[in-house]
Amino acid sequence: MAPVIEVQDLDIGYDDYPVMKNLNFSVNKGDIFIVMGVSGCGKSTLLKSMIGLKKPTNGKVLFYQKSFWDEDENGQLDLMRHFGVLYQSGALWSSLTVGENVALPLQLYTKLTKQQIQEIVSLKLSLVGLEGHEDLYPSGISGGMCKRVSLARAIALDPGIIFFDEPSAGLDPINARKLDDLILELRDGLGATIVVVTHELASIFAIGNNSVFLDEASKTMIATGDPKSLLANSKDPRVIEFLTRGKINNEQKSQ
Amino acid sequence: MPSEKLVFDYSTPNTLLIKLSGDWHISTGLLSESVVTEQLTTHSGITQINFYVSPELKWDSGLIAFLLRLIKECGQKKIQVALEGLPQEAQKLLTLALKVHEKTVSALKPRQSFFEECGRKALEIAASFNVAFDFLGDIAVSFCRVITGKAYFRWDDFTLLVKRCGVDTLLLVSLISLLVGMILAFVASIQLKMFGAQIYIADIVGIAMVRVLSAVMTGIIVSGRIGASFAAELGMMQANEEIDAFKTLGVSPVEFLVIPRVLSLVLMMPILTIYADLMAILGGFIISVWMFHLNPSEYLNHTQHAIRISYVWIGLIHSFVFGVIIAIAGCLRGIDCERNAAGVGNATTSAVVTAITGIVIATAILTFICQVLGV
Repeated sequence: MAPVIEVQDLDIGYDDYPVMKNLNFSVNKGDIFIVMGVSGCGKSTLLKSMIGLKKPTNGKVLFYQKSFWDEDENGQLDLMRHFGVLYQSGALWSSLTVGENVALPLQLYTKLTKQQIQEIVSLKLSLVGLEGHEDLYPSGISGGMCKRVSLARAIALDPGIIFFDEPSAGLDPINARKLDDLILELRDGLGATIVVVTHELASIFAIGNNSVFLDEASKTMIATGDPKSLLANSKDPRVIEFLTRGKINNEQKSQ
Repeated sequence: MPSEKLVFDYSTPNTLLIKLSGDWHISTGLLSESVVTEQLTTHSGITQINFYVSPELKWDSGLIAFLLRLIKECGQKKIQVALEGLPQEAQKLLTLALKVHEKTVSALKPRQSFFEECGRKALEIAASFNVAFDFLGDIAVSFCRVITGKAYFRWDDFTLLVKRCGVDTLLLVSLISLLVGMILAFVASIQLKMFGAQIYIADIVGIAMVRVLSAVMTGIIVSGRIGASFAAELGMMQANEEIDAFKTLGVSPVEFLVIPRVLSLVLMMPILTIYADLMAILGGFIISVWMFHLNPSEYLNHTQHAIRISYVWIGLIHSFVFGVIIAIAGCLRGIDCERNAAGVGNATTSAVVTAITGIVIATAILTFICQVLGV
């Protein structure tokens, strides 16, 4: 089966400053694909290039065999309908209630009646464990709840691909674990392909079955594969240092 | 059509077998669960519902929403719903949706009726007076500390703010004052030309602009341009917890952020007002000479004789008061801002509204005082 997402010879950067070069990887249907690396290495910039917010300086991002950045505006909008995004801050629209946040994509892109939209909103909020919170405003709910509402909004249109930018950032370990479980359950239930940008090791090992490791120094990817296999088999000290929270490196220094 | 999506089979006693087929995607619309509940009413004695799925079934949340409503409805009627016949993914989603959820909390900010909203707003305004008086007190104390050299005062920030207040508003003040001078000349000419007394346009433009109008127009421009930016800037700092960071460092945000802003506007408003006076007189001059063919030197002489030095002082006092009002309104709304994007927007709007209202009230009071004093 052809990969759902393919990144081919991708270069990303700001003006004349290159952030990452020569990225090549693919994400298969049903994967939970982790984009990992140290803070500031370019993970979020890569995500922006994948979700259509930042044009890469070179290379291609293919969704279902269609090159996103080679499509015209309508083609890009059409491809965007296939993915949902959970932003790091949740990015809920503060002037809208929780229910209205989830309902907006349905109002824009379906011909459902108001009553039917309410039913779908209620379902999506049930899936993230927040049924009955429709009338609250984002300012009145916790950070963890904001992320889950944002997830409900991201899956409002039943996308085939869901992107997560640092989903565990700012959450306590219990809520971070709950969100990881939810990601797994939604992957199984929706049959979605999931891309997660994170450097949280607990999440990486709990949910990831494929990954790419971005290295800040060489400005390119230096490893790809199942994170657990990388930990067991990788010979690259940079990858091992990251996956063991620097433990191996420290041990070597102390010897 | 429902008949294409649902087929009912009653061959097993007390059991309804529902055969699902067709396209259940959201884009095709949602089917009401009443199609099934009507069947349960007409066929009493049903205690269980089973499902059979056709291989051609296409589904997404549209099917799950339908099933969820059906399960809840059947739960009330004590009818068991067996999920085993459904696609595995659908079973997982339904299990997830039926999990025990977070306890619903009451809406902190529910939608309110128009009258409730008006009442709430009135109470908020009353409470805001307390906040405003507290803030004025803080400013007075901080100002004393700055004057006595007990407070930390960053001159770099102050000079930057002075530059900003001048440069950002200069073009707008030039344009608006020139045009107001021209408009005033036109309006005055309507009555004056009936008596052949168009030369008195110079007196009207000069006196009106120098005494009060230049200060008011400059005040309105500065409140929209600078007051709003103060509120947005401090509002963002409040939202990003930068103001909290000052407090925990033991630095008063009023001393560090508000006093330089108030002083910069208090300094710049009179200068901008004098500049606006000159531009307005120029506007009146252009119209009078170009449209009404008045003698240029005669116009300037009339202007010079009409404007007394006391009028200039009155204009300067107005501008000083307006500067204080605009700076305090902007800073107060910014520091009192809610910690979200909507809060910053509201603070900005509120700063401009407060400043303009304050300017009009202050103008009325000052005009009354001048009248009483006979100046």
